[in-house]
Amino acid sequence: MPAPAEMRIVLKNIDKPGYTRDIDCYLKHGGYEELKKAIAMAPADIIAEVKASGLRGRGGAGFPCGVKWGFIDPKKNTKPVYLICNADESEPGTFKDRQIIHKEPHQLIEGMIISCFANNVKLAYIYIRGEFPYGAKILEEAIEEARAHNFIGTNILGTGYDLEIYVHRGAGAYICGEETGLIESLEGKRAYPRIKPPYFPAVLGLYMCPTIVNNVETLCDVKHIIKMGGAEYGKLGRPNNTGTRVICVSGDVEKPGYYEFETGKITMGELIYEVCGGIKGGKKLKAIIPGGSSAKIIRAGEVFKVKEKQADGSMADKEIKLEDVILDFDSLAAIGTMAGSGGVMVMDETRDITRCLANLSEFYAHESCGQCTPCREGAQWMKKITRRIATGEGRAADVPLLKSVADNIAGKTICAFGEACSWPVQSFLAKFKDEFDAKAAAGTGPVVRPVEPTMSAPKGSAAYKAAKEPVIAG
Amino acid sequence: MSSVTDTSETTHSASHDVHDPHLHDEVKVELSPDFLAQADKIVSKYPVSKRSAVMPLIYLWQDNFGYVSQQGVRWIAQRIEIQPINVMEVLTFYPMFRQHPVGKIQFKVCRTLSCALAGSYETCEFLRKKCGITEIDEHGLGVSDDGKFSVEFVECLASCGTGPVVMINDDLYEKVDTSKAQELLNKVS
Repeated sequence: MPAPAEMRIVLKNIDKPGYTRDIDCYLKHGGYEELKKAIAMAPADIIAEVKASGLRGRGGAGFPCGVKWGFIDPKKNTKPVYLICNADESEPGTFKDRQIIHKEPHQLIEGMIISCFANNVKLAYIYIRGEFPYGAKILEEAIEEARAHNFIGTNILGTGYDLEIYVHRGAGAYICGEETGLIESLEGKRAYPRIKPPYFPAVLGLYMCPTIVNNVETLCDVKHIIKMGGAEYGKLGRPNNTGTRVICVSGDVEKPGYYEFETGKITMGELIYEVCGGIKGGKKLKAIIPGGSSAKIIRAGEVFKVKEKQADGSMADKEIKLEDVILDFDSLAAIGTMAGSGGVMVMDETRDITRCLANLSEFYAHESCGQCTPCREGAQWMKKITRRIATGEGRAADVPLLKSVADNIAGKTICAFGEACSWPVQSFLAKFKDEFDAKAAAGTGPVVRPVEPTMSAPKGSAAYKAAKEPVIAG
Repeated sequence: MSSVTDTSETTHSASHDVHDPHLHDEVKVELSPDFLAQADKIVSKYPVSKRSAVMPLIYLWQDNFGYVSQQGVRWIAQRIEIQPINVMEVLTFYPMFRQHPVGKIQFKVCRTLSCALAGSYETCEFLRKKCGITEIDEHGLGVSDDGKFSVEFVECLASCGTGPVVMINDDLYEKVDTSKAQELLNKVS
């Protein structure tokens, strides 16, 4: 059976020949029509449409967007409400927001204005990651264009509704993708995630006021929900996994890139072998990380046992091959991993899996904010242990040691970074235990190096060179 | 470029000690009207709390002077009425903020998995070698002796489908293998 064709809704105009990112082109293609439609609706009706659509957040956690909005009771709330667009796209393997921001910024801004109007937001920020300097400029220009057309500012389209949107740049910290860390950062502090409860910024967020934090893709979807109607949008995809989903594929495939499909209509096998043209160079598949780097890895050839609902409502066991796994929130959760941010990373048979894990562990060690001890110390230990296994300096005892470190982080930290950094280690060790054991046992054991090589040894000396850590390539 | 005339700067520029005895001194610095206007515009974006302007003000200073000196820390603190330590805690937290000068041409090579699979380690080693970088600091940053180039590994740049990716100052380049790295070096040198 051939792979289903892409269904481009959010990415509809992305890469279309002749399509430019300015407001004139956007208006020519029907832009801001949904804003005009929404602004004539009652805010509660917009929220009802979003609830009816079943839209789940596209940032990673998959929380229902309408439910998130519904936490703020307009009758009881006396404080101002803020909205923040989380454009801190930083989950390795994910590169969808960059496309939208660079190529169709007005789609995001229109989605944002509608969402702000629905939630009576007068002040909103786009928190864009620091590594998108042009993205920030493009958004600022787009906001000015929208202001010139009276889509932003005071008395929008004569309705008496006022809204300001500002762009705030991050500065290279992954933890700002965590919404309470992002809020702290926007308040001008270190991005230390906040202690829960309250679990949602909708209760206490920016400046201790109710705040809605939504991903770029989620806010774009809101525009299309207004266009199609919530019920109609909810018919796309599968129950509980509605709409479309942008999937980013990277690593060892012939055609890496970003694709948009009706949610739950494509399997892993179709994505890798048909859409992406198979494994690069005719090699064989080794492993897939299906939802951004913190999603648990799956091994080629794996067969999963899942529960399937029968016609009579009873549950029955079913075996399912990796290639047949459907790419949606619930199906990936059922096989013990997650759809996360939609970033699929593919590794071919020639890859040294220990080096791949060492790479990811170095990422997490670099990105731990340092607030909670298990994560701050544990991420560093995992980096050091995976690195020495990968570079042939390990010992047999390193594998259980590494597992015990990972097992003692998850659930013991303020934010989900603890899980994010330990899931890769736990899943790599579970799925490729043979390779880790063999490589660790064949190692020389840890090599003692002076601490702080750049400080203890003179530049250029033999001791300095010896002190440099070994290079790890993918 | 704005002119900076704080004499204490020369004595303290080498220090990144937060216990700087001059930390609370009045900042004697002449900044251009354009710089000050930009700072005002930045602060106006945060009507609820001026403190929120700390990151964009750090960017403003860094874009003008290359890095944020202790003098910059004091100026930013005074501009938004917070303590210098509150600027320092932000300055030291975020990887893109600099407390020391870096190269005029900055290479940032993505290190994370998808780019590593595509060969970013080779690209980074190549650039370090070609730029004459022999020493890297504890954050992996290397600056050439003449101060012209800096090369560093950074974490995911969110362009995983076109790895290895490299940023040269604000520009992103895709599929930078060693031969494309050489071309880019020729172009920017």
